[in-house]
Amino acid sequence: MTTVPIGPVDAAAAPAAAPARTLRLGGGTNRADRLYRAALTTLALMLPALLLALLVELVTNALPALQRFGPSFLWTSVWDPVAGVFGAAPMIFGTLASSALALLVAVPLALGTAIFLTEFAPGWVRRPIALLVELLAAIPSVVYGLWGIFVLIPFLRGHVVPPLKAVLGWTPFFQGVFYGNSLLAGGLILAIMVVPYIAAVAREVLQAVPASQREAALGMGATRWEAVWTAVVPYGRAGLIGAVILGLGRALGETMAVTMLIGNRHDIGFSVFQPAYTMAAAIANEFSEATTDLYLSALFEVGLVLFVITVVVNALARLLIWRVARGTAAGSRAL
Amino acid sequence: MAPADARLALETVRLTALFQRRAVVKDVSLLFPTHTVTAVIGPSGCGKSTFLRCLNRMHELSEGGWVTGRVLLDGADIYESNVDPVHLRRRIGMVFQRPTPFPTLSIHDNVAAGLKVNGHRSRSDVAAVVERALRQAALWDEVKDRLHSSALALSGGQQQRLCIARALAPAPDLLLLDEPTASLDPAGTQRIEELCHELKRNYTIVIVTHNLQQAARVSDYTAFFYLGDLIEVGRTQELFTKPKVERTEAYLTGRFG
Amino acid sequence: MNARRVRRRVASGVMTGLVALLSLTAVLALVLILGDLVAKGAASLDWDFFTKNPVPAGDTGGGVANAIVGTGIIVGLAALIGLPVGIGTGLFLAEYGGGRLGWLVRFVADVLNGTPSIVIGIFAWTWLVKPMGHFSALAGGAALAVLMIPMIARTTEEMVRLVPHSLREAALALGYPHWRASLRIVARTALGGIVTGCLVAVARVAGETAPLLFTALGNLNFTTSIAQPMQTLSLQVYVYATGPFDEWHRLAWAAALVLMGLVLLLSIIARWVTRQRYGAR
Repeated sequence: MTTVPIGPVDAAAAPAAAPARTLRLGGGTNRADRLYRAALTTLALMLPALLLALLVELVTNALPALQRFGPSFLWTSVWDPVAGVFGAAPMIFGTLASSALALLVAVPLALGTAIFLTEFAPGWVRRPIALLVELLAAIPSVVYGLWGIFVLIPFLRGHVVPPLKAVLGWTPFFQGVFYGNSLLAGGLILAIMVVPYIAAVAREVLQAVPASQREAALGMGATRWEAVWTAVVPYGRAGLIGAVILGLGRALGETMAVTMLIGNRHDIGFSVFQPAYTMAAAIANEFSEATTDLYLSALFEVGLVLFVITVVVNALARLLIWRVARGTAAGSRAL
Repeated sequence: MAPADARLALETVRLTALFQRRAVVKDVSLLFPTHTVTAVIGPSGCGKSTFLRCLNRMHELSEGGWVTGRVLLDGADIYESNVDPVHLRRRIGMVFQRPTPFPTLSIHDNVAAGLKVNGHRSRSDVAAVVERALRQAALWDEVKDRLHSSALALSGGQQQRLCIARALAPAPDLLLLDEPTASLDPAGTQRIEELCHELKRNYTIVIVTHNLQQAARVSDYTAFFYLGDLIEVGRTQELFTKPKVERTEAYLTGRFG
Repeated sequence: MNARRVRRRVASGVMTGLVALLSLTAVLALVLILGDLVAKGAASLDWDFFTKNPVPAGDTGGGVANAIVGTGIIVGLAALIGLPVGIGTGLFLAEYGGGRLGWLVRFVADVLNGTPSIVIGIFAWTWLVKPMGHFSALAGGAALAVLMIPMIARTTEEMVRLVPHSLREAALALGYPHWRASLRIVARTALGGIVTGCLVAVARVAGETAPLLFTALGNLNFTTSIAQPMQTLSLQVYVYATGPFDEWHRLAWAAALVLMGLVLLLSIIARWVTRQRYGAR
């Protein structure tokens, strides 16, 4: 071996250099790595495949109805299986109306809870209350329906409807006989069901608001509430709206509790005391009764419409939430 | 002190490391004799960690990372196209700035983690290797009664010595230490520096450090990098007392860096 | 000036009280529902309830043994299909999900996560009931699996991403091939979180009814054959709650209590697993 001078080696003294090494990107070109990647990719491809299959099936099964009724399906009120005439307007109306009613009640509850938990509640209060509110999301829809039938509706009949009629009976919304199963019952149960989702996302949004916002307001002499209401909440406004829209997305697709409480009647009416119908409830109720192909096809079309509406609403919600609470757990967990 | 005809454990020949088009290590040719400790020093961003990662082909795992030049391990170029980087890395041990024990494994299993990819051994063999490695890392006495408890229960300094034991267990040809005491307290730092002195009897060590005193205490040779270039290299004693290049002296006396 | 400040202070106090009240109202709803479940259902929980099958309509007595076993089988089927696909997809997203395919998979997972479960149910009907000509537990399990997969994929991805990059590097530096570092070190470190995500997904689908209406359909008899229609607790509650008999209503409360208990148990185990992760071992 030659002597070893410790110093930068003179290029000329070094053995003839090999041609300049070319690109050596990335590791793991051996077979096991390729197999691993292929296996994972295959599994992952199942999701897009499933969605594609879902869309294909919905459209092909709805095709007879789509072709027969065209766009008028969306605004026709007649639903007559015997005569073979199907119009989804009452269901669409009921879906929107019940969701709107649900949000009317749920948004103050959920946002109030979120604001309370993030801005005002001391730690020992926050944790149990947060847990209990989250637990609302764990209750199965059918259990909500059960409770609605035997507890909520009698309660409404006895303690809520009479005062409402007395005070607001002159408006079109509170007219007529309370049938128990009604838009009111359906809307209220939906409200309870979506509160935890809106609250969870709203909490994350509020937590993502930099503390400096609140502190700046307090520093200028605002009261605690004013700091929250004028500095924190507006900052997270987009995300909070997103949370509400997320709640809407959930309300639109709820099935069991709604079909057990809303009355399942193809009717458009403005009184919340009347029975109504939603798209999801209609499918649940009538799918096994569909005797003719056209009937079934009409229900698939209802499913398609429902699918499209919820996808759009959820996409909008995610866009708004992502803007504020960038890719945090809010997006994935809330869904 | 290496004798005049010392064998070379490692040699880099005009090694250049790049990220996409940007060269962060430029045309470095260095020799590393066996059973010595070489310190690589320089200010932040001078390419010393990147240089180290070229020695076990870790650099290419970074986004856009690639090299030109050669790195000869026992005379053979590790960047030759028929060299499997995975096999190569089994012959070279690396310890990082922050201790990285595998959280779900016990102390014993952590040390043995590198053995499983190095061929099958019987349980008693593995236990023997684990003990040897832990002794070499001066950790055996502290953990011998709790080999099967979680590695996370150890202190920071102990965890780092665990990582050293893990790197030593497969009996590598070369040990690369990337600022191994950066996140440790003075006591932990001292233990590891003592370790280097003992380990060099059996291993060749390259240690990257931003701590000049550490380099002076621990190494036989020192290489000074600045902005990707190798400025000066020599016996530590000489480099620190009589640096030949002005920039080296400026760095050593704290005028920058 | 002072009066104004006092007014503002009072307003602040009032609003604080208001949001507290709103929170308590939300909690009240929960307490009422759980309380009613126990009050109206607990009394019916006897040995017969858990071991007997339903009796003919209108008769008293009987139990939900078929539904309990059915829930176990169908949810088990769903997990059998959903867990590997979901975890595998999650691993894919964490390891190789940076490109366009990853974006697509994530987008699809989000879409499916927001799809109403009744729509998933009729889709499962077209693929697994119509061609086979009969309802089956298998179809029900598959429908639930479709619900589970996107949930598990997202939580798995999240948990794996949380593992520090330095751990993977350390494994690679030891000479681990990429697949081994990914599975045995990274995924293993994230395992606690992955399991939690799976348990949460299982708890969610255990309570589902809508996707089972046209797949598993329900069955008044006891069966363990997955090619047959099968009953679950959720289906049982639905049938009994909407039926005409008081006896059925009584049983509905009890079955709902058991279902709720199952869901709660799974959620508690999920939380316990999370806590274990941050413990010593």
